[in-house]
Amino acid sequence: MVPGSLAGCTGPLSTLTPHGPEATAIATLWWVMLAGSALITALVLLLLALAFRARRPALPPAFWTQGLGLYFSLGVLTLLMGVTILTGDRLSGRYQPAEVTVEAIARQWQWRFRQPGPDGTPVETTGRLHIPAGVPVEVLIRTEDVIHSFWVPQLAGKLDAIPGHENRLRLIAPEAGLYQGRSAEFSGAGYVDMGFEVLAYPPDDPPAPFTDRRTDPVEAPRP
Amino acid sequence: MTLSPHPPQRALALHRELERVWGRPRGVRGFLMSVNHSDIGLRFMVLAGIYFGIGGILAMLIRTQLATPRGAFLDSPLYNQIFTMHGSIMMFLFAIPMLEGLAMYLLPKMLGTRDMAFPRLSAFGWWCYLFGGLILLGALATGLAPDGGWFMYAPLSSREHSPGVNADVWLLGITFVEISALCAAIEIVVTILRLRAPGMRLTRMPLFAWYMLGTAVMMLAGFPPLILGSVLLELERAFDWPFFDVARGGDSLLWQHLFWLFGHPEVYIIFLPAAGAISTILPVMCRTTILGYEAIVAAILGLVFLSFGLWVHHMFTVGIPQMALAFFSAASMLVAVPTGVQIFAWIGTMWKGRPQLSLPMLHLLGFFGTFVMGGLTGVMLAVVPFNWQAHDTAFVTAHLHYVLIGGFVFPMMAAAVYWLPLISGRVRVRGLGETAFGLIFLGFHGTFFIMHLTGLLGMPRRIPTYADHPEWMLPNLISTAFAFMMAIGFVLFALDLLLHGVFGRRSPRDPWDAGTLEWTLPLPVPSYNIAAQPVATQPSAVALARGEGALPGAPRGRREVLAGSTLDARPQHVAVLPGNSLLPVATAAVIGIFVLLLLIGAYRLAPLALLVVLACGWAWHRFGRDIRPTRVAVTPGLILPDQTGLRDSLTSTGTVALLVADAALFGSFLFAVGFLGVIAPEWPAPASGLAPAPTLTLIGLVMVALLAASVAGRHGGRTAPLAGALAGLAALAGVAGLALMLDDPTRHARDALRAAALGFVALHIGVGIVLALIARDRQPGTGAAAGRVWRLWQDFTLVTAAALVLVAAGQEALA
Repeated sequence: MVPGSLAGCTGPLSTLTPHGPEATAIATLWWVMLAGSALITALVLLLLALAFRARRPALPPAFWTQGLGLYFSLGVLTLLMGVTILTGDRLSGRYQPAEVTVEAIARQWQWRFRQPGPDGTPVETTGRLHIPAGVPVEVLIRTEDVIHSFWVPQLAGKLDAIPGHENRLRLIAPEAGLYQGRSAEFSGAGYVDMGFEVLAYPPDDPPAPFTDRRTDPVEAPRP
Repeated sequence: MTLSPHPPQRALALHRELERVWGRPRGVRGFLMSVNHSDIGLRFMVLAGIYFGIGGILAMLIRTQLATPRGAFLDSPLYNQIFTMHGSIMMFLFAIPMLEGLAMYLLPKMLGTRDMAFPRLSAFGWWCYLFGGLILLGALATGLAPDGGWFMYAPLSSREHSPGVNADVWLLGITFVEISALCAAIEIVVTILRLRAPGMRLTRMPLFAWYMLGTAVMMLAGFPPLILGSVLLELERAFDWPFFDVARGGDSLLWQHLFWLFGHPEVYIIFLPAAGAISTILPVMCRTTILGYEAIVAAILGLVFLSFGLWVHHMFTVGIPQMALAFFSAASMLVAVPTGVQIFAWIGTMWKGRPQLSLPMLHLLGFFGTFVMGGLTGVMLAVVPFNWQAHDTAFVTAHLHYVLIGGFVFPMMAAAVYWLPLISGRVRVRGLGETAFGLIFLGFHGTFFIMHLTGLLGMPRRIPTYADHPEWMLPNLISTAFAFMMAIGFVLFALDLLLHGVFGRRSPRDPWDAGTLEWTLPLPVPSYNIAAQPVATQPSAVALARGEGALPGAPRGRREVLAGSTLDARPQHVAVLPGNSLLPVATAAVIGIFVLLLLIGAYRLAPLALLVVLACGWAWHRFGRDIRPTRVAVTPGLILPDQTGLRDSLTSTGTVALLVADAALFGSFLFAVGFLGVIAPEWPAPASGLAPAPTLTLIGLVMVALLAASVAGRHGGRTAPLAGALAGLAALAGVAGLALMLDDPTRHARDALRAAALGFVALHIGVGIVLALIARDRQPGTGAAAGRVWRLWQDFTLVTAAALVLVAAGQEALA
């Protein structure tokens, strides 16, 4: 995740400045794939450039169709499969239950959240999800109308809210702070306003009371 | 097999004789009546080019809006219409029709024949495309354009969340245009399989034909799921049949599956013809032959097969079980292998030859420099965890433009400058085209390369403003600036084509020294293509012009081509093709009226329009009825019959192709039944109110009647068609009885599916009756093909009806 902190890769929704374990694993995967792709692109461009040179070795057709076309492609994909499986291993908690369960309920064009409040009783808020930092949290994602998508890029990949189905996403916010999220599925005229935020608080020091994003802006450090 | 050619004749006399038969009237009448493949193919490409311009203007509007964080240029509803129309136009009104036009224009010339297998169908398809496109454009001009995104996800596109006519415009207009895609696919298949010049074995035919065969097969299997989805969604919107309403047993995910069952093959449907153009042009630009013909054919077959196993990779974020994710992820990666084989075969071809930096070659290099990166980001998106982050962001927008502009637009520009002399008979003016290429290439990469980063910085696609995200401003501004550069490049490209037509010198025959069959034709290409069909592998242009080949001239005053066997193109009969006709435009216009009636909700009037369509269909068949059987000396010593009296006419091959598409439609329907029954939450359905005894009686009546019709079709006697038609009427009466007893289709998805299934069966029985009457209308000795078409259709109807009965019985047994 080091390259991500370079200037130009930052921003509250940037996948390149990850914080949670899932987002970090995916960012690493991205940099690995970028490097591999750059190498392959360079190879293809080099082969193309060499085709214009006057002297070049005569290579048998099988070198191109089988050697490069079949075995090289398959080799690269096998490597990639390996990297993917390694990454997938680090993400395997995605579908498993966690210590805290919260609900994210989407509708046109607002997110509502139901989470255990400071005293443990459920509290409902709009636009701001409150979770304890450093604890695995399970988010149950639902919609009341069309399809939306729950996405907090710095913590984890996105998962859709589908009518009639409930999806489960596991998050960990490693440190306390305010993380930005938004819907990533087009939902009509007010789609641009489908943003929300995740306030990760120190487990032993929850803010009281839990409040809505619109009516009570909070100044929390951006992690 | 060697055939001896006819002796030479005077070329000019042959030309005049052929023009008289194959030409068209001048002026508007000729425009309305022409069915010639060069005319229609060119029209497809010109109209697609115009739509590309319109889609491009919409793209510029989008880029202008996004140039700054608080763009106030378009409001949100208008912005939604514009990006929806940009995507829909580029996919359905530009890319698909462009490749259809290219195939129609080139295939007969490359295969050494004179026209496509079903000329009136080509023309009919073009008119459907024109009228359907006009409906969409009209909606755009009046502010009623679709606004749900080009993949129209339910339930955003359902009546409740999109109450206006906008979504209906998309569903009905696009389906109307897709008629032309299905027509094109059917006749591309039949033309390639049956109309190749004598002796051109399947394994020796030009690679472009292999690519188009793969494309057409994918279109036959790929378009029906979307057509089914559109029909079901429109039924839900119009009559409240809840296929996608989760509260009543539907599921919005069904739409996504049906859409991407089409949508992913669609990517390869667009790429394969472009790859065919590359495989044809690249060797000529390198003064050599293609490397690895067999490997490329294998790669095409692999792509056709694999592309139907990938659709779920557009749905990795909807919450799918891990095992399914792993399967579709692996399949999505695997598809890179056949693509890699082709890329490296092409580079190997360049190494084998001496590449020259001519203008088509520049565009091909533009292809390589763009498409390879698009393919690599595609592999990245196939990796599930990365997809969870990148999905629905600007990264995907960048990826798909790298694939589509790299994999389709650059090759099409190469194809345009390469094959233009066939159309105009001129060579182009130097200079402008190179500048256009440079601007497009730089503009493209400037626009879209940085868009990958914009997406990784978290910018979703389809948002109109981003006031809270100053970090997205610079990359967006860069994209917008370069987009205008690209737009100027495309304007110059169009200008270059126009100037070429006006100022270009006359082109010599075969200006690229290609030596392939399409370049042996005189320039510009005459209506009949070639004075005689080639019988040798390397025919000389002069010999062909003098009629030294098969079927020289048009001595019988009919449009004749040789039809042969599928594998080795052994001549089997002389196909007499229909000439100029007003039927295609008339039929398409009536269907257009039908669509408009549905759009304004005039559901009682609409069936009347369908009756007129039926009447047009009847008039359509009279051409085949009125052919006078003749035996023709196609070459000295080889005397063949024409299609009258033959069972395996082009029409029966076409019917098989149509039934393949129909089977894909039916298969998609069974998928929908299974998917809703297993996945949708509100199942099992409430108990059915169907009374067992009358229901079973009526089902028995329908099945016995259908069986009788099939038996009549097989029997094939003089009275069989009439008996079949009467059996069809009985079956139709049974279906009507069942329709009256059916549970209210608005109650639950199961009941809606049953109503839709009844509609499917009724439609097939109705068409079967018409086909039986056509078979009856033919002369005794000449009606064999019509009888076979009817029999194929009747058997298909019987099998699908039986399958539906089994499905319903299974549902009841499980309930």
